[in-house]
Amino acid sequence: MLPALWRVRAVRAETADTATLELVPLAGAVPRFAPGQFNMLYAFGIGEAPISLSGDAADPSCHVHTVRAVGAVSTAIARARPGGMLGLRGPFGSAWPVAAAEGQDLLIVAGGLGLAPLRPAIHQALAASGRYRRIAILYGGRNPAELLFRDELALWATRQGVTVAVTVDHADASWHGAVGVVPSLLDRVQFDPAATVALLCGPEVMLRFTAAALRGAGVAAARIFVSMERNMKCAVGLCGHCQFGPDFICRDGPVLPYDRIAARLAVREI
Amino acid sequence: MGAPTLPGAPVLLDPAGLDALIAALAARGFSVIGPTLREGAIVYDRISGIGALPAGWTDRQEAGRYRLERRADAALFGYAVGPQSWKRFLHPPEERLWRARRTEDGFTIETEPPPVERFAFLGMRACELHAVAIQDRVFLGGTHQDPGYAARRAGAFLVAVNCGTAGGTCFCVSMGTGPRAESGFDLALTELIGPDRHEFLTVAGSAEGAALLATLPSRPAGAEAEAAAASVMARTEAGMGRTLERAGLKEALQASPEHPHWDDVAARCLACANCTMVCPTCFCTSVSDHTDLAGTEAARVKRWDSCFTAEFSFIHGGPVRPHRSARYRQWLTHKLAHWVDQFGSSGCVGCGRCITWCPVGIDITAEAAAIRAAPDAKPEQEGHGNP
Ligand SMILES: Cc1cc2nc3c(=O)[nH]c(=O)nc-3n(C[C@H](O)[C@H](O)[C@H](O)COP(=O)(O)OP(=O)(O)OC[C@H]3O[C@@H](n4cnc5c(N)ncnc54)[C@H](O)[C@@H]3O)c2cc1C
Ligand code: SF4
Ligand code: SF4
Ligand code: FES
Repeated sequence: MLPALWRVRAVRAETADTATLELVPLAGAVPRFAPGQFNMLYAFGIGEAPISLSGDAADPSCHVHTVRAVGAVSTAIARARPGGMLGLRGPFGSAWPVAAAEGQDLLIVAGGLGLAPLRPAIHQALAASGRYRRIAILYGGRNPAELLFRDELALWATRQGVTVAVTVDHADASWHGAVGVVPSLLDRVQFDPAATVALLCGPEVMLRFTAAALRGAGVAAARIFVSMERNMKCAVGLCGHCQFGPDFICRDGPVLPYDRIAARLAVREI
Repeated sequence: MGAPTLPGAPVLLDPAGLDALIAALAARGFSVIGPTLREGAIVYDRISGIGALPAGWTDRQEAGRYRLERRADAALFGYAVGPQSWKRFLHPPEERLWRARRTEDGFTIETEPPPVERFAFLGMRACELHAVAIQDRVFLGGTHQDPGYAARRAGAFLVAVNCGTAGGTCFCVSMGTGPRAESGFDLALTELIGPDRHEFLTVAGSAEGAALLATLPSRPAGAEAEAAAASVMARTEAGMGRTLERAGLKEALQASPEHPHWDDVAARCLACANCTMVCPTCFCTSVSDHTDLAGTEAARVKRWDSCFTAEFSFIHGGPVRPHRSARYRQWLTHKLAHWVDQFGSSGCVGCGRCITWCPVGIDITAEAAAIRAAPDAKPEQEGHGNP
């Protein structure tokens, strides 16, 4: 599958190593996507990386990606400048069940960069916030400097029926908020376990602890959804790299219901 | 030339007729690939006539051992499978996917022209036909198809040979994949050899196969020849080197990711990836991107990869499967269990290659049997918080 050519329309620095890019196709319409899906972004001669869509799915003008520079490819993408070109294949993968959660308490739980893939779900839910009972956005980062979308988090917190809680593992002098791991934020919000849908994205250990805490609070495993990360080369079920038990994360995931994967997630090195 | 042959009605070709088959395939534009002798092994390569076939050779295969030996006769197909499979032709070890070129304000991407070479494979074993059918499901059965594989596969002409001798590591009977080629071929041969006989009972499995067969010098096969072919099959079936009990195997493997036996295998496995390279169904690939020295031309190349390497599962922070136990577990559980969920059949056709070519003689049938005999008793657990 050949990458299509896309142009960088705008770049916004989020943190020291993370940038948000707006991309527009050179030819043709902007493909529709569902919150939770990802694209394969290609930097000329360097390589390709799976990167989640982080923008509003209702915006038909561009695709938005938030990229942290951790290696060769992600650095080349995060350093792209307006006017620059990237290859793009996608969108791929499964979606957050945002509409299906209407009428329920919606818990959105993110760790670190995991807020980026959840941001389209937040946009979609907030656009119809009246249709949910309560919406809670729980977010944790290693330290205050690594937190993403802080102005937006403040804005979301002003919305009726929406609670935002943020924590960091290590505070600095500027931080007056909570300190601790993400699951500890669950104590700060009200939800009815029997009528809750939880969307989780972040490092695998954070997913395990958060899912276990939700189960402990009485939320059924089928009401918990997690976004999984595995090495990906093809994104279309052909290269074998992203296997997680019988599932191909590129095709059956990245968003998977916790009841389907709980046993696997408990085993090391699957 | 005799009367037109009904598809399915067997005929007899003599060695000259087989030679004529190779010539006819070449005349129709096929690159004919068949077994040849090279560096002490049977390998599939280009052939232009029966002179290239390993006449009078057979193989001795055991876990971690492969040796060619002389046969008492001049059989052309008197051995089991060698280290290579037809995978190397339909799903080549390396393939360029596309090229990109820098332009003033970005770059352009050019697709590779589709492959044009048409292969005729001579001497495909029943297990290998099943392996191709499995890769068909992998590469062509989903939403996204592999275009290179699709083109090479669509153009291929398949000539099967029913195995006249079972290898020491073969277990196709257990897997329901052999030794007789039942379908999926254009032509199928059974070699009949004796003190005063050397001929090939031949049946067509497709209209194209029947049309080609009708052009070859042949004679109708009588009941005697059919009985002789049946007894070849019975002898091969009885000579299977190994067995694999499949009942309950998928469930046992999927319930046993924390079985102590994985550590037992890991203590022996070198993570050399031989097993995945020789396996006719293993399909994993990686891609690499590079540019020329000037940085103006870039290319993306796809290569075979293996779940036994550390890079295979790398994500930021390190590999998901740093330990050999986890890599062997991934390979075996995928092959014999998850494959069924993903593609509707086992991923193993019982060819025995991974056993023969494992430098330390790890035996898939023995490892699977060890887990099946005593699967993890623990009920499937839900995530506890432990990292
Ligand atoms: C579904 C999905 C969504 C993602 N969304 C985002 C996102 O929105 N923003 C973001 O910054 N990152 C995201 N990532 C992670 C991102 O793909 C990796 O950081 C990136 O592939 C690293 O490549 P590299 O060459 O820069 O790093 P290197 O560490 O040099 O990569 C070396 C190799 O490891 C692989 N690899 C490394 N890290 C990862 C990883 N985390 N996941 C998968 N493969 C990896 C690369 O493909 C490459 O083969 C996502 C990953 C997945 C699977
Ligand atoms: S797993 Fe081993 S025996 Fe089975 S098909 Fe692959 S190489 Fe052959
Ligand atoms: S099982 Fe044998 S062939 Fe396969 S990786 Fe281990 S040592 Fe190599
Ligand atoms: S990324 Fe290739 S199979 Fe999923």
